[in-house]
Amino acid sequence: QRVSVEVLDHLEHLALVDFRDSEGVERLQKAIQFADQLHEVNTDGVEPMDSVLEDRCLYLREDNVTEGNCTKELLENAREKVEEYFVAPPGNIPLPKLEERETFLQGS
Amino acid sequence: AALKDGLFSQVSAALKEGRVTPTELCHRCLALIKSTKFLNAYITVAEETALKQAEESEERYKRGQPLGILDGIPIAVKDNFSTAGIETTCASNMLKGYISPYNATVVQKLLDQGAVLLGKTNLDEFAMGSGSTDGVFGPVRNPWSYSKQYKEKSVPKSHSEDEESNWVITGGSSGGSAAAVSSFTCFAALGSDTGGSTRNPAAHCGVVGLKPTYGLISRHGLIPLVNSMDVPGILTRCVDDAAVLLGSLAGHDPKDSTTIQDDFRPFEVPNLTDVSKLSIGIPKEYHAPGLSSEILALWSKAADLFKNAGAKVVEVSLPHTRYSIVCYHVLCTAEVASNMARFDGLEYGHRSDMKDSTESMYAATRREGFNDVVRGRILSGNYFLLKQNYEKYFVKAQKVRRLIANDFVKVFRSGVDILLTPTTLSDAAPYTEFIQEDNRTRSAQDDILTQAANMAGLPAISVPTALSERGLPVGLQFIGRSFQEKQLLTVAKWFEKQVQFPVIQLEEVKRHDNGVFQHQKSASFS
Repeated sequence: QRVSVEVLDHLEHLALVDFRDSEGVERLQKAIQFADQLHEVNTDGVEPMDSVLEDRCLYLREDNVTEGNCTKELLENAREKVEEYFVAPPGNIPLPKLEERETFLQGS
Repeated sequence: AALKDGLFSQVSAALKEGRVTPTELCHRCLALIKSTKFLNAYITVAEETALKQAEESEERYKRGQPLGILDGIPIAVKDNFSTAGIETTCASNMLKGYISPYNATVVQKLLDQGAVLLGKTNLDEFAMGSGSTDGVFGPVRNPWSYSKQYKEKSVPKSHSEDEESNWVITGGSSGGSAAAVSSFTCFAALGSDTGGSTRNPAAHCGVVGLKPTYGLISRHGLIPLVNSMDVPGILTRCVDDAAVLLGSLAGHDPKDSTTIQDDFRPFEVPNLTDVSKLSIGIPKEYHAPGLSSEILALWSKAADLFKNAGAKVVEVSLPHTRYSIVCYHVLCTAEVASNMARFDGLEYGHRSDMKDSTESMYAATRREGFNDVVRGRILSGNYFLLKQNYEKYFVKAQKVRRLIANDFVKVFRSGVDILLTPTTLSDAAPYTEFIQEDNRTRSAQDDILTQAANMAGLPAISVPTALSERGLPVGLQFIGRSFQEKQLLTVAKWFEKQVQFPVIQLEEVKRHDNGVFQHQKSASFS
């Protein structure tokens, strides 16, 4: 089964990364095919493993401020800023729909 | 002291006795870096800061107060570790020009001990790959491509087709670090290991590559790939040096809550003489498809070596080995999809000129900043994390991960102390051959022997064993129990002593060496 254009489009929206060309789409197809081998393994009664250190407690430190006040250093790496703000283009505008944006998937 | 006295203890002694000064050492390494530029091992050479660090070290030696064995020793760091004031690029357009405001914990620890940071080494973009060929600064060349040993074995081609087309890859993704250590431009280097990225290039470049137990060394400042598997890796010329570096780096870090809180006691690797109490396990599934007959033979010889010395050598089974790479593929891409989400151009890194909306700016930034490999993994990861796929792929992979980890637990519980396996399927491939397959296929093939140790979080080390018929290094891997690095390194050191891996013979190094060219005359292992 090939992945539908709707799902591919959905992925581009979620990942904010594009497939670019048919090779990109093929790459995903092959990745899925490769991953399907997992289903050969019997995992009945097996709990998923999040971390190899699951038997230990994560270290939590005291809730005290020990560092900070480095606004200047942090802002240095941002390209667009105003005073102490990072500047972003307007939000709450979703990516254009498939038909309206420039994506390889349009041709699919 | 010759540059080829690559051992910390020797250099440290020379520094203490004044036979060489830290600035001399630094100058020599910097000069060698320049003359081996064609290897493309370094992305950034921090000449000014390195010399300043060397001068400060020299002052300390003059006062008779060196900070420790690492004081004045030139080291290199893979370019996915944050270094304050020095560019950290991850070999990606996304971070070109990015200067971190802080040092990764491991970098800070090295600097606190007086180590001299020569520069940042080349890698596959964002550490995704097994060849160190897919970064924006170009591929790294294996120093052995230019060795007498390799050239002697090369089939003479026509003049136009000389070393230019014949050079072999370093393996990856810590290829720059491995090449730097292998070509004597530094005495040790930091790499990272998520699926074998330290051990694989170590094997191909003839150096020691140690992957510590997950949770032993801080990941704070290591730009993350797979949070549940990443570890900083150590590349050195001998096992003793790896132990020294481990001693300086291991231990709890409050800034990385996944580091364990147990006390870590640095150790000197004992000189094992009696292996009769040792039980070595040979996992049969590591006789993987594609394993070269040469490496199979070396693996077998190594097993015999232990047996003849009195150790108990048993065949064991890790039945889920063949699913390890598939499991890794799913978990890795899923974690990558999450970890790469931070690169949006807003706070750091590349930012697109697109201004229509936040989303379109993010999308354009990421389109411009990431290469195919990175984008491919992000998209795959997002696919496996979709609601309709989550149980089927991601959770399923997490279950298989437990089965893989349990395989190891069972084997170690049965009385086996250490596992002995090959590190790679073959010796280093020529670059022109390597790039014929795409990154994902290559990674799937090359990570097969190293990956499971990351799944289970176990410590593993690749030790240079012998030269192949083509005159290239082959390494063998030892895998130990969690947090039992001392036992692992003890066995590795014993093995290293037995095999007497030859020193690389490089023209450039000969020219820069004032000292005597050292020959290792003992019978080689092949």
